[in-house]
Amino acid sequence: MQKKEFVRIANGQGFWGDSILGPVRLVNEGPLDYLTLDYLAEVTMSILQKQRSRDPRKGYATDFVAMIDRILPKLVEKHVKVIANAGGVNPLACKDAVLAVLKKHGVTGMKVAVIEGDDVLGRLDELAAKGEVLANMDTGAPLATIRERVTSANVYIGAFPVAEALAQGAQIVIAGRLTDPGLVLGPLVHEFGWKADQWDLLAAGTMAGHIVECGAQCTGGNFTDWKSVPDLARVGYPIVECKADGTFTVTKHEGTGGLVDVSTVSHQLVYEMGDPQNYITPDCIADFTSIRLRQDGKDRVHCSGVEGKPATPTYKVSASYEDGFKALGQLTISGPDALAKAKLCAEIVWKRLESDGFHYAPDERLVEFVGANVCHAGVELAGAGEPSEVVLRMGVKGPDEAKIDRFGMELVPLVTSGPPGVTGFAGGRPKAAEIISYWPALVKKELVSTKVSVFSS
Amino acid sequence: MTKVQLSRIACARSGDKGEGSNVGVIARSDAAYAFLKERLTAELVKQHMRAINFGGVKRYEADNLRALNFILLDSLGGGGSASLKTDAQGKTHGLAVLRLELDVPQSVLDATPNA
Repeated sequence: MQKKEFVRIANGQGFWGDSILGPVRLVNEGPLDYLTLDYLAEVTMSILQKQRSRDPRKGYATDFVAMIDRILPKLVEKHVKVIANAGGVNPLACKDAVLAVLKKHGVTGMKVAVIEGDDVLGRLDELAAKGEVLANMDTGAPLATIRERVTSANVYIGAFPVAEALAQGAQIVIAGRLTDPGLVLGPLVHEFGWKADQWDLLAAGTMAGHIVECGAQCTGGNFTDWKSVPDLARVGYPIVECKADGTFTVTKHEGTGGLVDVSTVSHQLVYEMGDPQNYITPDCIADFTSIRLRQDGKDRVHCSGVEGKPATPTYKVSASYEDGFKALGQLTISGPDALAKAKLCAEIVWKRLESDGFHYAPDERLVEFVGANVCHAGVELAGAGEPSEVVLRMGVKGPDEAKIDRFGMELVPLVTSGPPGVTGFAGGRPKAAEIISYWPALVKKELVSTKVSVFSS
Repeated sequence: MTKVQLSRIACARSGDKGEGSNVGVIARSDAAYAFLKERLTAELVKQHMRAINFGGVKRYEADNLRALNFILLDSLGGGGSASLKTDAQGKTHGLAVLRLELDVPQSVLDATPNA
């Protein structure tokens, strides 16, 4: 088979909730080999487990199925392959829903692959018996301390199962907790035959994946110099044109809005960055201090020089667990004296609750005066005057649901029993919502195996 | 020396890292990077963000990107869904750091284009 000179991989979905226009426009507005879509965050897995426990056919990103329904004709016409971690905690059910869509469109013979093995919720006791403590990477505490409150546990799996699925002819690959960069590295391993110990190449593909994994964040979105970005309404979602030697070019389709330059790409490279020399994935350790960026024409940034190091012997586990309750509510306070009145309102709420026997410790409660420098608290602002209105935002948290709900009853009464100019209570009474916290840990790789299955429409 | 906001000579992007946030500061020129590498210490960022971050600050360097990466270890009020804060993910922390005022030599300003 003639190897392609380069492979075009796009990301059309930076997170579950990203604009659905991203993938739709990518398949319509220019050439593409692969479309990657990222749906999962830590809290998402917990919500999906809950859905699955209520209905065994649920527990995946339903938006993905609707997306396939919408873009399928273009996927067929242009032979675009799709890789998504939309499977959540039930990739087989996701596959069934996708196959139903293919059938509805009369598409036959299209292969859909499912990657399983990342979901270890049902294996936690077995892993514990094998000596895996699953200590919290931040605090060192063993998982046993919260074991009965765990709501999801998934291993971040890497790019090689994706490559395996593609080698078996899949046009749509559905995974669970696949890493975001793995969505991009997988097709590169498949296309170029990269080996599991070619660390520089794996690191290059990982960095290509990191650059595009948040969608428009590398093409002009969330960019310091936003005034210089044209037509954000029609922002082009990112595409990497990758070569077998590990070099790649970040770009977007011609005629789309947004901006790709060394600065927009650098912005994304530092996003959620820890130690730049040691970006750890299941596939390798990428050294972000090695990449060289060069502008290569309008909206094109050439990337080269990436170096990698051997992968670690462990996978990262992302578990989530029930961690109490919280309630948040807000009111809008108009001027004159907006800030002073908002402060009085907050004081009234705490005093009324206190008088009824409800006390919230300082780390269990929060007051914000939105409009009066909440986000940049303590930072000197030049020329800031009295705001003409502020949003009073208050919240509490803790283990006792009834106590959290009690707070919610004391906010709206301020409209008639506080200072004048209090409004904006349209959301009604704030109610206790569950807090789902995140528990990062490590597990030996040999204790986890992935399985790739391919189905045909 | 001229007193300017950090945004005159650098860009930034921030996001969440567990219970803390990271702020990547990207210099607008080589001269600005050399200056910031010397002057924009973890201690200075910690002081500037003292009403937002209640933990330590770690600094990493990436010369190839003209970037300094700061990790603010306790800046999200718990982080994830346990946070009550408006900015529970530290999305705005980069812009907060860019408001830091610095005395910058004229030579650095001359070598650094405006945004």
